[in-house]
Amino acid sequence: MSVQVLNTGGNGNPLTAKDYATDQDVRWCPGCGDYSILKQVQTVLPTLGIPREKTVFISGIGCASRYPYYMNTYGMHSIHGRATAIASGLKAARPDLDVWIITGDGDALSIGGNHFIHLLRRNFNVNVLLFNNEIYGLTKGQYSPTSPKGKVTKSTPYGSVDHPFNPIALALGAEGTFVARSMDRDPKHLRDILLAAHQHKGASFIDIYQNCNVFNDGAFDLFTNKASKDEHTLFLEEGKPLTFAKETKGIKLDGFKPIVVSLEENSADECWIHNPQDKIKASILSSFFEYDMNQGPLPRPFGVFYQSERPTYEDLLTEQIEEHKKKGNSDLDKLLSGENVWEIK
Amino acid sequence: MKEININRSKEEVVILFAGDSGDGIQFTGGQFTETVELFGNDISTFPNFPAEIRAPIGTEAGVSGFQLKFGSVEVFTPGDQYDVLVVMNAAALKVNLQNLRQGGVIIANSSGFDSKNLKLAKYIDEENPLTNNSLDNYEVHSVDISKLTKEALKDSGLTVKEIDRCKNMFVLGFIYWMFSQSPDNTIKFISEKFKSKSELADANIKALKTGYNYGETSETFTSRYEVKPAPLQKGKYRNISGNQATALGMVAAASHNNFDLMYASYPITPASDILHELSKHKSFGVKTFQAEDEIAAICAAIGASFGGSLAITGSSGPGVALKAEAMGLAVMLELPLVIVSVQRGGPSTGLPTKTEQADLLQVLYGRNGEAPMPVLAASSPKDCFDTIYEACKIAIEHMTPVTVLSDGYIANGAEPWKFPSSKDLKTITARRPDKNDFLNDKFLPYERDEHEVRPWAVPGSKGFEHRLGGLEKELRTGNVSYNPENHQEMIRIREKKINDIAFDLPDQIIHRGDEGADLLVLGWGSTFGSIERAVKDLIAEGVSVAHIHLRYISPLPKNLGSLLKSFNRVMIPEMNRGQLSKLIRERYLIDTISVNKTKGIPFSVEEIKQAILKHQDHVSTSA
Repeated sequence: MSVQVLNTGGNGNPLTAKDYATDQDVRWCPGCGDYSILKQVQTVLPTLGIPREKTVFISGIGCASRYPYYMNTYGMHSIHGRATAIASGLKAARPDLDVWIITGDGDALSIGGNHFIHLLRRNFNVNVLLFNNEIYGLTKGQYSPTSPKGKVTKSTPYGSVDHPFNPIALALGAEGTFVARSMDRDPKHLRDILLAAHQHKGASFIDIYQNCNVFNDGAFDLFTNKASKDEHTLFLEEGKPLTFAKETKGIKLDGFKPIVVSLEENSADECWIHNPQDKIKASILSSFFEYDMNQGPLPRPFGVFYQSERPTYEDLLTEQIEEHKKKGNSDLDKLLSGENVWEIK
Repeated sequence: MKEININRSKEEVVILFAGDSGDGIQFTGGQFTETVELFGNDISTFPNFPAEIRAPIGTEAGVSGFQLKFGSVEVFTPGDQYDVLVVMNAAALKVNLQNLRQGGVIIANSSGFDSKNLKLAKYIDEENPLTNNSLDNYEVHSVDISKLTKEALKDSGLTVKEIDRCKNMFVLGFIYWMFSQSPDNTIKFISEKFKSKSELADANIKALKTGYNYGETSETFTSRYEVKPAPLQKGKYRNISGNQATALGMVAAASHNNFDLMYASYPITPASDILHELSKHKSFGVKTFQAEDEIAAICAAIGASFGGSLAITGSSGPGVALKAEAMGLAVMLELPLVIVSVQRGGPSTGLPTKTEQADLLQVLYGRNGEAPMPVLAASSPKDCFDTIYEACKIAIEHMTPVTVLSDGYIANGAEPWKFPSSKDLKTITARRPDKNDFLNDKFLPYERDEHEVRPWAVPGSKGFEHRLGGLEKELRTGNVSYNPENHQEMIRIREKKINDIAFDLPDQIIHRGDEGADLLVLGWGSTFGSIERAVKDLIAEGVSVAHIHLRYISPLPKNLGSLLKSFNRVMIPEMNRGQLSKLIRERYLIDTISVNKTKGIPFSVEEIKQAILKHQDHVSTSA
């Protein structure tokens, strides 16, 4: 991705990724996927044309949520699960700010599940980066709401019996207007998606696969290892056919059922053309999460599943207020006296 | 034998209008209130709704009531016992008779006592209390209000149902006659309300006049009363309920001091009316946010506060419990935030529509860690305005969350309010960051002034970028710190910051009576009216008693300790098991006489008097 510098610092020099770093030591474990995500965001921010003082990062609790301490912007490291709720209030009060929410699979989908879905449905113009490592890292290794069934962790020595969430399906169900997936190990893809998320007016949700090399190392190896990734990843691009495995395979729709076809026998033109405005198709794509044992595995899609336009909560709120302000009636003394005044003389 | 007494002059009268929730009881009470206010009486009102939204018609659960006391003297409470009980059906009588004083007047709609209604009200064998002599100790006027209204409106062109809905106006007209009040104000109100439906206006006015004339011409009524205007302070008045006053106080604090107001809340009884009121005031730029839950509500408020708004959340006990963790966050962030807790009966869901004061310790201590927070309590409907305004001022000027306690009794109760002019409102000044908040060109978000207050730097201000969080802060820099000395010092500072607020508070005054009296009645919150009246009456009878009422519970006023010690004994009536008592004993090492009531209803004046007199005996016998 070519980075065009738009922001400038106080001295008139263009801002760089370094200007967004703080003097605090980054304290994630060495080799943690969070480092890559931090770097990609710090790289993208100077290109957005948003002054640093107008940028705010809000996080909850968890490894990922340390993030605001490392961004030289305004920020808040709040309490578990509530980043989305705090950001909602901030954005409602201050629509002029560029608000980013940093959260994890436990923070957003377990303890903060309620606020997460309501933020999406209200469609605040914010960006939600979900660092999904399918494990509780900060509490040292319990299964999370995205851990696969059967997962052996500290709290599930005989394997988890919990059915996991599909974050993309959840976001679609909550009427999210920008639903995407990316991963820590693909910096370029992540930067592209970050940029697209920021450009989207409304709540943007990115499910970011992030490797926890201490408690859940290799959870996403299938999608990141050289040997397997081509077979198991599908990169979505608007207007392009769904092809993977180095253009040797494609996805066709048989009714509502996705099937893998060989491109040696079929032409790419016959494949499903990605249209992120199509919610039904987005919903089918989100189900690639599951494996059809008869069909064999479907590749895991990355990219923008769904994007649509809907007025943001803060715009509608502001509009209503402006409309009433125009009518006047903002005399405090009139408000205090009310309609029915009597006088004792 | 009853004495005939036309135009008896009375100092105070307590009336209860009671009927089915569909009988227009609240409207009737509201109109009577407006009329006597205009006449110049002092008044205190309290609506009593059924807990169920639409309880079955005619049953005890469905009875709605509107209690009011009006007088030619200062009125402090809606009254202990009714002088006049107006009942639209049998269930209304059954539920409320116990609080009618002996010899009191009952005005009953006799068609509400047919066998169906008697059965619904569970009168044994459907025996009619209006006719079986069980009410011989009262002055009973059984009037077929439904029939008389129907008769009067038979040519109105309205449907049977519409006509039946006018019967509350008949009652109101009759009560106006009974208390020598003019129906003109209500006639004016009805004409305006039904401007576009003249047939409805005409019918309601006719029913009202019919009721009034019925009093005049019917010979069954022996008594007509007159309550002269009260010698109220000169000035302009309006009627206000506690929740309304709370909402207006918020708008005033924001609007007068150029802050944006954000109220984030989740509906809960009895706090929801604050949200309803505020949501109307968009023209003042008020932003209301109905959050997905209690936690989201306070968190959204914290977000708005970080963004520079005067941010407030409101709830009741169960909701405040859910907010506890975020209240702790606000303590750590040192951001301005106001939490309003309109208390109700607890624990758990408890008694949502009934009142209690049992959440004092919850808001003082109900958080993990050492998390001190100012707590203020409103003492009457109109006092909610001043209390919330003060709370906003403390929150902003001292960079701290503040809790305001109200309760269901004063939240729904109403009284005349000599409202302030905006120019008399206090100024609220935020501590903004300045050049002293820097070290080597680095902004110090936790640098403090002499009152330990840190600067409020708002996103959007260049050069003040900083990060806040719930982890322990390093002195001055606000960076994360696990240093043991630092943690202890920060706990000390956060505590001192709250304690130092006492320097800004006015000295505690004695509301009634003299310093050094034999007995002090110390109160907080909605017990104000009952205590004030009880103490006033007993002082007049020569009892050595005084009344102090606290608005500031954390921190307590600086002079309170020495003041308390000037009295022989201190009695604390509370609608809980002695929560302020615990606090006062611990803080000042003085014994207190704890008088407790947890019935979901306020103390009556009589109960407070009895408690004082009981103690009096104790003193005189032991002396």
